[in-house]
Amino acid sequence: MEKIFQRLSFSSASLVLLLLIGIFTTLFIAAKPAINEFGIHFLVDPTWNKEVAVEASDTTTSKSVKNNTIMDENDIMLDEDDEDSLNTITIYGGLVPIVGTILSTLIALAFALPIAMGIAVFLAEMASETISKFVGMAIELLAAIPSIIFGMWGLYYFAPIIADTFGGYQVSLLTAGLVLGVMILPFMAAITRDSMNTTPDVLKESAYALGATKFEVVKDVIFPYSKVGIIGSIILALGRALGETMAVAFLIGAVYSLPEKITDPTISIPVAMAVNFGEASGLGESALFYLGLILFVMSFIIISFAKFYFLKKVKL
Amino acid sequence: MSVMNIKKFSFTYPSAEEPSLKNITLPIEKNMITALIGPSGCGKSTLLRAMNRIHDLYPGNKYDGKIELLNTNTGKFENILEIKKENEFIKLRQKVGMIFQKPTPFPMSIFDNIAYGLKIAGIKNKNELADRVEAALKGSALWKEVSDRLNKSAMGLSGGQQQRLCIARAVAVKPEVLLFDEPTSALDPISTGAIEELIVELKKDVSIAIVTHNMQQASRISDYTAFMYLGDLIEYDKTENIFLNPREKKTEDYITGRFG
Amino acid sequence: MRLLLNKVFLMLSMFAALLGLGFLGWILATLFLEGVSSLHFSLFVKDLVDGGLRNLIVGQLILALCAGALGIPLGMLAGIYIREYDSGKYAELIRDLSDIMMSAPSIVIGAFVYAIAVAPFGGANGFAGIIALSIMMIPIIINTTDSMLSLVPKELREAGIALGASKYRVILDIVIKAAKVGIMTGILLAFARIAGETAPLLFTSETSNYFSLDLRESFPSLTVSIYNLANEPEKSSRDLAWAASFILTIMVLVINLVGRYITRNKHK
Repeated sequence: MEKIFQRLSFSSASLVLLLLIGIFTTLFIAAKPAINEFGIHFLVDPTWNKEVAVEASDTTTSKSVKNNTIMDENDIMLDEDDEDSLNTITIYGGLVPIVGTILSTLIALAFALPIAMGIAVFLAEMASETISKFVGMAIELLAAIPSIIFGMWGLYYFAPIIADTFGGYQVSLLTAGLVLGVMILPFMAAITRDSMNTTPDVLKESAYALGATKFEVVKDVIFPYSKVGIIGSIILALGRALGETMAVAFLIGAVYSLPEKITDPTISIPVAMAVNFGEASGLGESALFYLGLILFVMSFIIISFAKFYFLKKVKL
Repeated sequence: MSVMNIKKFSFTYPSAEEPSLKNITLPIEKNMITALIGPSGCGKSTLLRAMNRIHDLYPGNKYDGKIELLNTNTGKFENILEIKKENEFIKLRQKVGMIFQKPTPFPMSIFDNIAYGLKIAGIKNKNELADRVEAALKGSALWKEVSDRLNKSAMGLSGGQQQRLCIARAVAVKPEVLLFDEPTSALDPISTGAIEELIVELKKDVSIAIVTHNMQQASRISDYTAFMYLGDLIEYDKTENIFLNPREKKTEDYITGRFG
Repeated sequence: MRLLLNKVFLMLSMFAALLGLGFLGWILATLFLEGVSSLHFSLFVKDLVDGGLRNLIVGQLILALCAGALGIPLGMLAGIYIREYDSGKYAELIRDLSDIMMSAPSIVIGAFVYAIAVAPFGGANGFAGIIALSIMMIPIIINTTDSMLSLVPKELREAGIALGASKYRVILDIVIKAAKVGIMTGILLAFARIAGETAPLLFTSETSNYFSLDLRESFPSLTVSIYNLANEPEKSSRDLAWAASFILTIMVLVINLVGRYITRNKHK
């Protein structure tokens, strides 16, 4: 019985490893057609779902598509009007969703960082016991709200205000970034507060005993001490924000073009997947998996980085 | 006559460079109380914990020498350091029980706490369980205080009561040897006195080894005393000899408080 | 001057806290106002095809409960392994990987489950949705179980072993029991979290307009339907989306609060 239990628990634990490997492998296999077709160029190509004519007789792709015109193997431009021997392939490039993901996350971070820091300082140092508990609970409630609710609220209530204040479209990079910021706010505040709480009381007390103000103790004692954990929380929040779908799906616009202004609509990887997966097939579906693979690898690297370099002291 | 013979026993913790116990030879006498005393770090707890192989919860220990336990059925001594199989470990621990420094009531009712070891030993009959639980509680001077709330959680008992519960729990399975690892250091003086009385009572049924950093306690209740220092056994003798007439200088220095 | 700086700083941090509270209040108020006005008893007895929410509420709960039935035992066993049976590098690895998975993008998990449980089987089905949700739940349960078990003092385990109990008995009878309350809270919080998820269900179990208990087909989901409804132009869809959002949030917050309430009360 003991042996059975041991084996069962070992298998369950190994499931985590297997899942991770499985996810990576599955994504890779599903993305392979797109990887083969578009290669690394996918990362910098802003074209999405554009049909381009290609000469039929050549099944081995010795054609290249440069600047959206077709060349044959001698780099002579082919006549697009010659329909008899033409087939089409659809080009997918991931630049827009990748850029959208990164930019929306950065906006979210820029917005959330000062507020989260402020909340953390308030909870860790400023507030009395009862207020701290109350505010802390409120922040945790904010964290518990399903992300789709943020999307709903963002779309009908927050977006109009942003558009009125900053001009431009309601569904835009800016709106998506800000709502994303509100979403990661509680998480960042919590980890920052926990990091700050690792500062030994004696350190704080020595500073107070010397006559330092609260501000000075935070600035000169707590922040330097918990600097590492705070940076970790920022990076971790970044990792989470990268993968957020529902809040952003309502608000970013789902438009495959690079935003010229921050108030233009664009798209992010999770939104691209959410919106297009249903009707996608073949190369298009593979391109979405390619995007998913990129997102997965990006998140994995960033979260690992945060965890191993910065968050050793703080329990996640 | 001894129930346990420790012979040239050495012990090294996993990833330690030096052994924590060096060449210890010591008997545990039947129906007697043997105290292990010495300053912090001398290895007395390490030695005690080897006697029921509880070190094996944490892999990687190195043993040398022998610890022999008397098999009451065959009359022969068996080296418990050779035990490898799960069910043999279980049998060992049913014969050699242990009480810890911090009272460790299980998160269950008082009754279930006492019955726990019995159920492991295969006793399922409700009446038999009830009888044995009652006997164990009476034997630990707890019965009167808890008989009306056997189904309440053991966590509600006071520190001293919890420790007596742990003793009752260990006694219920009728072990041959009981190991006490500083059983009263976490308790107040009144509870300490009660536990000491209890331990002395118990020796008519079990053989007892007790680790204590409290010399007065050792001299109060033990029949034999072993003085240890930095992993070595410095002196072993009848308690009154150790305290009134020690042979070794180190022993004398410790007894008279020149170092602690 | 220093005192002035200090005052300003204090004000700023309080302002930040108020902002945080403000957002919470704003969102909840919005939900309440929009949701309550669209709330109607018929929502609970009619299915989406007739303009109600019954099938979606029931469906979401079934998905979450089944995911729990799968994820909780697996997560707990894994947590037990890394805390009780292994203290070496492998346990460390699993612990770290599990932490990383906790923050992994949910849509990617959905894509993964699509590839293994939807595409090969010919279409959206409830089982796939359950698998996706449980994959999200397991790392959380592992983390919680691991943490709570680590708080149990080692003497308790030693006392059990010293009585002759085998390791798994000590774990189940004593250690888990001692950590019971914390583990329960962790389970409830994890449950609340996956009950509110949308992305993992989007292309695995999708949703359905009809009441269904058939997990082999696309399965009704409150969250996915909110998404769909919000994308529809009609005002009636919008109103329904709000009502559904309100109900979803109440569900999730209640489970959350119950989870926290249990820990509050057990001060042993």
